[in-house]
Amino acid sequence: MSEVKEKKYKAKDFASDQEIRWCPGCGDYAILKQVQSAVAQTGKPKEEIVFISGIGCSSRFPYYMDTYGMHSIHGRATAIASGLKTARPDLSVWIITGDGDSLSIGGNHLIHLLRRNIDTNILLFNNEIYGLTKGQYSPTTPEGSHTKSSPMGVIDHPFNPISLALGADAGFIARTVDREPRHMKDIFLQADEHKGASFVEIYQNCPVFNDGAFNAYTDRGLKDENTLFIEAGKPMTFHKDKKGIVLDGLKPKVVDLTSDEYSVDDCLVHDPSDRTVAYILSQFFDNDKSADLPRVFGVIYSENRPTYEDQLSNQVELAIEEKGEGDLDALIAGPNTWYHQ
Amino acid sequence: MAEVKEKREQITVLFAGDSGDGMQLTGNQFTSTHALFGNDISTFPNFPAEIRAPQGTVNGVSGFQVKFGSSRIFTPGDAADVLVAMNAAALKANMHKLKKGGILIANTAGFDSKNLKLANCEDENPLESERLEDVMVYDVDITELTMAALEDSPLTKKEKLRTKNMFVLGFLFWMFNRSLESTENYIKEKFSKLPDVIDANVSVLKAGYNFGETSEAFTSRYQVEPASLEPGTYRSVMGNQGVAIGLIAAAKKAGLEMFYGSYPITPASDILHELAKHKNFSVRTFQAEDEIAAVTSAIGASFGGALGVTASSGPGIALKTEAIGLAIMLELPLVVVNVQRGGPSTGLPTKTEQADLLQAVYGRNGEAPIPVVAARSPEEAFEATYEAVRISVEHMTPVMLLSDGYIANGASPWKFPEASSLKPIKPLYAEKTEEEYMPYARDEKLVRKWAIPGTEGLEHRIGGLEKEELTGNVSYDPDNHEKMVKLRAEKIDKIADYIPEQEIDNGSDSGKVLILSWGSTYGAVKTAVEDLLKDDYDVGHAHLRYLNPMPRNLGEVLTKFDKVLVPEMNDGQLIHIIQSKYNKRCIPLNKIKGIPFTSAEIVESVKENYA
Repeated sequence: MSEVKEKKYKAKDFASDQEIRWCPGCGDYAILKQVQSAVAQTGKPKEEIVFISGIGCSSRFPYYMDTYGMHSIHGRATAIASGLKTARPDLSVWIITGDGDSLSIGGNHLIHLLRRNIDTNILLFNNEIYGLTKGQYSPTTPEGSHTKSSPMGVIDHPFNPISLALGADAGFIARTVDREPRHMKDIFLQADEHKGASFVEIYQNCPVFNDGAFNAYTDRGLKDENTLFIEAGKPMTFHKDKKGIVLDGLKPKVVDLTSDEYSVDDCLVHDPSDRTVAYILSQFFDNDKSADLPRVFGVIYSENRPTYEDQLSNQVELAIEEKGEGDLDALIAGPNTWYHQ
Repeated sequence: MAEVKEKREQITVLFAGDSGDGMQLTGNQFTSTHALFGNDISTFPNFPAEIRAPQGTVNGVSGFQVKFGSSRIFTPGDAADVLVAMNAAALKANMHKLKKGGILIANTAGFDSKNLKLANCEDENPLESERLEDVMVYDVDITELTMAALEDSPLTKKEKLRTKNMFVLGFLFWMFNRSLESTENYIKEKFSKLPDVIDANVSVLKAGYNFGETSEAFTSRYQVEPASLEPGTYRSVMGNQGVAIGLIAAAKKAGLEMFYGSYPITPASDILHELAKHKNFSVRTFQAEDEIAAVTSAIGASFGGALGVTASSGPGIALKTEAIGLAIMLELPLVVVNVQRGGPSTGLPTKTEQADLLQAVYGRNGEAPIPVVAARSPEEAFEATYEAVRISVEHMTPVMLLSDGYIANGASPWKFPEASSLKPIKPLYAEKTEEEYMPYARDEKLVRKWAIPGTEGLEHRIGGLEKEELTGNVSYDPDNHEKMVKLRAEKIDKIADYIPEQEIDNGSDSGKVLILSWGSTYGAVKTAVEDLLKDDYDVGHAHLRYLNPMPRNLGEVLTKFDKVLVPEMNDGQLIHIIQSKYNKRCIPLNKIKGIPFTSAEIVESVKENYA
């Protein structure tokens, strides 16, 4: 393990010399700014930070970070990062990916990285559309959406990324949104702090091909009643504490806290270590339209379990302890040799 | 008892039985003992793709052919002197491989009506076939004799029956006058926690030996003296083992930690198994979720400063191609091993073929050249692998190493090198200087430097988009793209200056016929050329290890012969490359049967084309 070197950085120390080429108004700008600010705050030396991306608009991200980085191929950022972190557990590895990159072409690698629990920070920029290829539906586009490749409406049932991460046994699962800079930064810092695979879904607006996809959660007039920002140990209330979440058996329901029937004390209290709660929160999604539940933002689930790379390093150390540091001549000779005159 | 000890220079034995009969283990033990005795040796396991194919059927026959001798051996033999057939199906499938005047040892219990039916031999018992007229047939009820030897053993009947391969082995050790010691030690180690199983196996092994000693039926024993190999210390090695050891050795000599990303596939998986055993060499093995993750994780590791390696067979390599293109753009070390098998698609998983050469040399999108190195035999796999790693690290490029099923599972004695004698491998690292760091600046070999994350001041971004020369920034400039395509190609071409010139392996360096071979056809061609030279044919043999770039002088070598014969286990791939590159018409010799060439086939083709 390398010794801890903390440095004093400002966000702008992480800006590279490359001109940023996202469309004007793209949610990616806000995310970039908060990531730069968050990594500066961690104080980790920039040479020990690596950003790996796949393909898509968001995957240009590493070019704009003055750290080590790789803009790789479609869907494979998670697999590349798995190899990098396994070979170099000392590095801080961030993965930048989109809904097409990580949930469609790279879906397999994402779930395997999560189950293995490789200590990386996965930032999934979810804009519910293929932007770079100019507007086809993605695996998170809601059913019925009209896009270039679905003129009669999408018939693919979309992924619920939080449920997917939970199903893959991710150790840290959070959701944030591009229009809440402070919340984003806080989530990024928590994700980085978490030892193990951290999965962060970011709702990101694509102003060109899917503008307003998340209006319900970002528009001033709508967001209060449609969003639930959760924090550990706090009761789940929203809409300026006028509404809350209570459990009716295992079923969550929205209650009116301004009436006499319910008070804050009846509301579910968030415990990120509780898998059942995480499961319930993951279901606050479009699939159950009748429930009229708000969308959840914050750390939905967090658990500590051993990371893949630590366990592998332990095996390497154990092998050296038991057999001694590899002796090349002994390896080449093998157990049975004979001498030929 | 009167016995004749007949001296023989070379003997080929073929063990054939049901895939559950333990023929592979029998063959391997037979091989180890002869190797330890000092014979030269070559083996060829041939088994069905199914783990337990239907019992007693021809499809379920598993074979292990081994040739050993007091002279140099380069192939597992064209035809067998001794065939062991554990049942009717095994004999039916292999009868034609037995030489005239050869010996057949048949387990009579495997020729009962049930077995005859399973082998579809109800009409004619293969033991009564006319083809066996010139053969010495020994009927031995191996099953019965095994059970008798274990009368007092507490094992179940099923467990007892499982030891009958030891009877065969013991009997053959008697026949060839070999010690039981090595196999006894193996049994004791393998079953160290099961004393009853040790006792049973050792008893049956000895019973087989004693049967030869006491049974009046057998009068012939054979004497095969140790081979006149080059003096030195030897071990027995299988091809996949040679690759694994070569990777570890090269990584260590380069001062790199190895990361091996791999997805299980026949016949490459044994490399993963071997490497996973050697974590004390700081080898990190990663059993990936798929072939793409296997290669991309290796690329990630290489970016981090490790030696990224992945291996697979044809279908898996197809899945890795996009990532290999990325490694070409990134200009990072990456070794991709292809243990070829019969294709296309799933093809013939357990059979051998050389049909992925064009895939290796050309099979990627865009202008994407990479070096290609091919191993020729189990004992040479180490050196070929070492060279693949050296080229990859010193020239910052992905390299394809070609092996095949025949090399992978075959075994031969190997006069292994001392670690200190191995060529040094020197990675070219970027260092922080006064000047601005240029990720795509190149040295005289056109190689860029490796900047390892963690190095202060060398932070940089690379990717699959076209690079601007020097800076490595994304560039869509037309002139830059053309320049970069040419630079990447020239970088690979220049490797020809850092590999040995093509040598003539045997025979004359000019004359009538040159046999130009690559990969595992080496042994068959080597043997054929020795035979042809004895008969005064004017032939030469050149064997290619470096398939891209090719040795500088290859064109010149080719011009010195009237004819060039190119034998390949495919429908003509090397010949394509040679003809287009050197404007020399060559004669193809192709075999696409999933089995290696025999030397006789090569000899015959040379004679046909000699006039």
